[in-house]
Amino acid sequence: MLTRKIDQEFAFVQTAMNLRARRQEIIAANIANADTPNYKARDLDFAAALRAAMGGAGGPVRLARTAPGHLEGARGELAGGAVKYRAAVQPSIDGNTVDLNVERAHFAENAVHYQFLLERAGSQIRSLSKALESR
Amino acid sequence: MFSVFQIAGSALTAQSMRLNAVASNLANADSAHTSAGEGYKAKQVVFQATPVARSTPWAPGVRMTRVIEDDAAPRLVYDPRHPLADDKGYVAYPNVDPVEEMVNMISASRSYQTNAEVMANAKDLMQRTVALMQN
Repeated sequence: MLTRKIDQEFAFVQTAMNLRARRQEIIAANIANADTPNYKARDLDFAAALRAAMGGAGGPVRLARTAPGHLEGARGELAGGAVKYRAAVQPSIDGNTVDLNVERAHFAENAVHYQFLLERAGSQIRSLSKALESR
Repeated sequence: MFSVFQIAGSALTAQSMRLNAVASNLANADSAHTSAGEGYKAKQVVFQATPVARSTPWAPGVRMTRVIEDDAAPRLVYDPRHPLADDKGYVAYPNVDPVEEMVNMISASRSYQTNAEVMANAKDLMQRTVALMQN
C-alpha cells in the first residue's frame, strides 16, 4: 500500500527524466552525425511523448486502424512517432540536415531540464524520508 | 542515457579516422612519382549512421564505412632535372589539395571537440543521477 503510494509520488519525475534522457541520446546522435551524408536530424516531441507516457489527456499514441486487417502499432514509451525529423533550415548538398548550432542549443537546454528533474527528485526523496522519520 | 557515451564515442572514432586521412594526405602531398606510374592518391573517408544499441534505433552513432580515393588527375610539374621526370620533363605529384585538406582538418577537429563536450556533459548528468542515492 505504502510502496504503491511512493511509486505514484515518483511516477511523473521518473517518466519525465526517462524521456529527457532519451532526448539527450537523440540530440547526441544528431551531433555525432553532423558530417554523415544523408543523415536527417531528429528530435523528440517532448510534450506529446510525456502525455503519451503518462496516459493522460490524449492517451497513448496509437496507429489509426481503418480496416480489420490493419496491425496495431508497437507499444512502448516511444511508439507512435514521438521521434520526428527536424525541419531543415539550411540543408547541405550531401542531404544532411543537422545544424550544429541548433543541436547544441537543444542539448544544453535539455541538460538543464534534466538537472531540474534531478533536483525535483532529490527534494521529493528528502521530504519522503523526513515524513518516514517523524514517527 | 548510457548510449550517449557510445554515440559520442563512435563519433570520436570516426572523426579521428578522418583526421588520420587528412594527415596521410598532407604527409604524401609531395611524394613525387613518374607521370606513367601509380602514385599516391588523396583519400577521403565515408561516414554512415549506424545503430549503437538494439534498444535505441532512433539514436544512431556514426561509423566509417570505407575509404575512397580521389580519381582526379595527378598534378604535373615541369622539372626536367628531377630523377623521376618523363621524356617531356614532367614529374607527377599526388592530387592532394592542401587547402581542402586543411579545411577538412579544421572541420574534423571541431566535430571531435563538440562530441567530447557531449560526452563530458553526459558524464556530469550521470554522476548527478548517481548522487541522487545520497539523498
